[in-house]
Parts: sequence; structure tokens; C-alpha cells
Amino acid sequence: MSTPYAAPQAAPAAPGPHGGVDHRPARPVEQSTHLGHAIASEWTKIRSVRSTIWTLAVMFALVVGIGLLTALALESGPYAELPVLGGGLFGMMLGQLAIITLGVLTVTSEYSTGMIRTTMTVCPKRTRVLTAKAIVFFALTFVMTLAATSLTALIHSAMLEGKPLSPYHDLNVGADPSQAVETATATSQQWLQATVGVSLFVALLGLLSLAVGTLLRSTPGGVTTMLGLVLLPFLISLFLMTESTRELGDALREYSMLNGLSTLYHMPFEFTEDASQVNGWPLLGLLAAVTAAALIAAYARISTRDV
Amino acid sequence: MIELDRLTKRYGTTVAVDQLTCTVQPGVVTGFLGPNGAGKSTTMRMMLGLDRPTAGDVRIDGEHYDRLRDPLNHIGALLEAKAVHPGRTAYNHLTVLAQSNGIPQKRVPEVLDLVGLGSVAKKRPKGFSLGMGQRLGIASALLGDPKILMFDEPVNGLDPEGIHWIRNLMKYLASEGKTVFVSSHLMSEMALTAEHLIVIGRGRLLADTSMREFIKENSRSYVRLRTPEPERMRDVLATAGLTPVATEDGALEVDSVESDRLGELAAEHGLVLHELSPQQASLEEAFMQLTAEAVQYHAHGTGKGA
Repeated sequence: MSTPYAAPQAAPAAPGPHGGVDHRPARPVEQSTHLGHAIASEWTKIRSVRSTIWTLAVMFALVVGIGLLTALALESGPYAELPVLGGGLFGMMLGQLAIITLGVLTVTSEYSTGMIRTTMTVCPKRTRVLTAKAIVFFALTFVMTLAATSLTALIHSAMLEGKPLSPYHDLNVGADPSQAVETATATSQQWLQATVGVSLFVALLGLLSLAVGTLLRSTPGGVTTMLGLVLLPFLISLFLMTESTRELGDALREYSMLNGLSTLYHMPFEFTEDASQVNGWPLLGLLAAVTAAALIAAYARISTRDV
Repeated sequence: MIELDRLTKRYGTTVAVDQLTCTVQPGVVTGFLGPNGAGKSTTMRMMLGLDRPTAGDVRIDGEHYDRLRDPLNHIGALLEAKAVHPGRTAYNHLTVLAQSNGIPQKRVPEVLDLVGLGSVAKKRPKGFSLGMGQRLGIASALLGDPKILMFDEPVNGLDPEGIHWIRNLMKYLASEGKTVFVSSHLMSEMALTAEHLIVIGRGRLLADTSMREFIKENSRSYVRLRTPEPERMRDVLATAGLTPVATEDGALEVDSVESDRLGELAAEHGLVLHELSPQQASLEEAFMQLTAEAVQYHAHGTGKGA
């Protein structure tokens, strides 16, 4: 049976300013929309597709799950082999891949489904769309990652704090753990970097993926590019060990994304004598700068290209 | 009202839309007609700010599309049924659109009921039929109750019932004083809905006229007649200065003459007539003739590789 077109229902009679009935049409005369509208819209978008739920759940499970397994393994040993919160790195190495995927998908799924034409028709201010996407995505992934890293850090600190430092750290102590002078603790800087620092790092990495997705408009292209960006510098550095290329190799390794993450867990790739000197913030700043540059490129691209 | 002023779009050396100037008026259904590849979709995309014109201008109610702060309240567009995320429910999809334009949430269930999708509001469009997809697209176009509506090939792939529904919807919207702009490559479809016609071919304006004018100017009228003595009839007609054309089934077609005159001629010469009927060439034919030179992809005969 065909559905006859019915005229839009008149707005329910609402009391007007003078207590009478408001006869204005349901639609206000002229709406002035702003970024807030776009943010509300993007928030509905991101929470209403399954890929968001899946990627965030996978990230959470990997970080907390692998974190727990690492803690169990470390706990069984006689010494604290790693910085107390350092074991969170292994889960996050994998977990960041889920965030990268979500970051790319946030934009590219619109291009692959055709939704982008609806989005841009509904909000012709393209930079506003990108800003809203970036804000919503960054806030969501930061909060979710912060929850995962905080839980992991709590597990690690509860299970590993107070373990004797290995003789490697204190050569005067013999092989007897009970003789150890120092025990493992996490400083407030370590706490801050392993939770807030790591979460900022991963959320920024996701934001970079979002920018790359905007530039490439392709899910496989975006994900591959991001994987290359995260893994390649470190992998290439492994092949640059000869005398003539060592310097380049060292630089690649030092500035690789993996070292950035690892340093926030106080386990930089380059061994540092004085553990208190380890500082993950500069590499986080570098990632922020790279992300900002990519976003500027994405803004330029989205403003000029046809949809 | 939509105003196009020398609107032009080039892709490299290909000209998709070429100096298109016309105005789409409110209160009527305006058909936007052209063969496939004529530039209809490109024109509509430029109207919506999706593609930037290479030259020229298009304005919606006097404004550039990208200057509209709440476009859904001005113009609703059905571009393609597939311009949705298949994994987001119909309800959420419309919520996304409503929020970005500051349209009250209560409007979402309203338009869903309006297009007959109320019962599948919480379903993902992944499982929608073509017709349901079109209805969802139309729901989003109606969301802001805009004064201008634009439909790109709305009946494509629809079942007869869906086609009927869309036709009535468009007529209703126009009767409400709205500007209704609808593209199609089917003249026969337009003949049933549109009052005004804008015809383009290869990106150029071919006609901008009322449907009635278009029919009058473009459809050839002739008289078809059948007689047991076609040879004698031909002679009679030739004497009267008429040149009949024989058809395959043995009938004769005579251009530019009233059927009354032919009947009188036959009676004068004692010719028996089995048929005498005034005919009008179909609009489809008129449209094909008009755009014949502008068609981009011809089917070259049927002999080779057909």
C-alpha cells in the first residue's frame, strides 16, 4: 500500500509569551548554527556506528589484558626488571593500532559510504566539520585511553611496587634479593607520563590518522600510511647499523613513534644512566607538532577540493 | 528560487557544464532533463556547494550555498540514496543532520512517519531496499521543512508504488508554494510531474520552457490513415500537395494536415478508409530529437557488437 504524503503536523500549541497560543511555525525563522551544533552532530555520528564501539573495546581489552599478563609475569620474578609502570607499554603498542584505525575511519568511512556528501550539504562550512570531528574524536579517545592506562597503571603499581631493584641497578648488592637496598617505586612524573602522557600521545596519534584520512580519503591508504609512519622509522633503523649510517639510524630510532611511546613509559630505546633524567614530554611535543602540521594540510585540502 | 548565472564546470579539458543560465521558480515542479552524462548531477552538486564552479555563479534565495548557516531550513536535497552510512540507524542518521542545523529532535520521528519509515526507524539502512533508501533520503530533505527541494533522479529503481508516491509528493510540495527541482533522464516521467522544463545536453542549455510549450513546439503531429487502395491514395494526396510516408504495417502517415481535410479528400475520390486518426509523436521522441546532437554516448547502430 502506498503511503500518502501527509502535510507536516502543525506545531503543538505552545503557550506564547503572553500566555496565549504561539502560532509561529515549528521552524524558527533563521537559525544561526555554530561549532556546538557540529560537535553535537559528530558526537551522535561517532557513537552510533559499530566500528567505534569495536575499536575502542579492542584497545581497552588489549591494554588492560596484556598489562595484567605482563604484571603477572613480572611479579613472579625475584626483581623488578622494569620501571613499575613500564609493563603497560606492550599492550599499548597494539592498542594504538586500534586508535589509528578509528582515527582513519572517522573520516574515510564517510567517503567510502557517500555520507560525506550528506555531511557537507548539511554543513557547508567544511572547516567546521573537520574541527568538530577532531574535537569529538580527540576527547573520546583521550578519555577512553586514560581509563585504560590508569587501570593498567593501578594494576602494575599494586602488584609490582616494593619489589627489589635488580642488581643491575645496584651493583653492590649480591645475588640475594633480600639484600637489595632500593625497591621499585613509581614517581609522580612516571605516573603522569604513563597515564596522561601516554593517553595524549595515543589520542594525538589518532588525530594524526584522522588528518591523514582526510588527505587520502581512503581507509586502506590511511591505515597503511599510519602503520608505516609508526613502524618504519624503527625498522629501518635496525638496518642502519654500519659505521657510515649509524648516525642516521640512531636519529630514526630516537625520533620514532615507538620510542616516543616507550619513553613515556620510562623505557627509552637509548639506555640512560640516570633514570630520573628520562622524560617523555619532548617526543610528545614533537608528535603534537607533526599532528598540527598534518591538520593544517587537511584543512587546506578539505576546503579546496570538490567532495 | 535558484538562480544559475553562466555556471560552468570543467574537468581538465572536458566541459561538464557550459555557461548554464536559468532560474528555478517557486510554486511549480521544474523538471531538469537531459540524457545521461549531460551534466545534471554536476549542476546539482554545484548548487549544493559540493563542487566548486570553474566559472559563473549559483545562488539559493540570493545567497551562495556555503553562506547558508542552516541549509536544511532553506533547501532539502535528495542526491543519491546511498549518501548514508549503512551502519547507522535511520533515526540516528536523521538526528545527526537535525543536530548540525539546530532542528528540534521531535522533527526526526515526524519526518520518518511522513515518509513511511516509522516502523524501521531503529534499523540500519544496510538492509533497506532501494525504495526505502530513497524514502530515507527524502526524509532528510524534508527535515528542515525547507522552501526549496531538489531531487536527483528520484524514481530511479523504484517500484510503481514508490514512483506514484514520489510524484504525488512533488506535486503536493509545489502546491504548497515550494520550489521543486527534479532531475531525470526520462521525458515520460517528467511529462507526468513537471510543469516547467529545463533541458540540457552536453552541459548546455537546450530549452527553458513550460511543459505545455515544449509539447506544442517539439512534438510532431500527423495523421495516420489506412486504406485498401494505398497507391490511389498516394496519387490523390500528391495532387493535393501532400507527401505521405508509408509505414511498415501498410498505413500512411501524413504531416501537417488536419484529419478533416484528409477525410474529405478520400470521400471526394470515393476511397475507402479503414483508419483515420490524428497522432502526436511521443514526448520521448521529441526529447530524443532535441538532444540528439548533444548526446555524449551514442549507441552506434545495432550491427556491430550489439
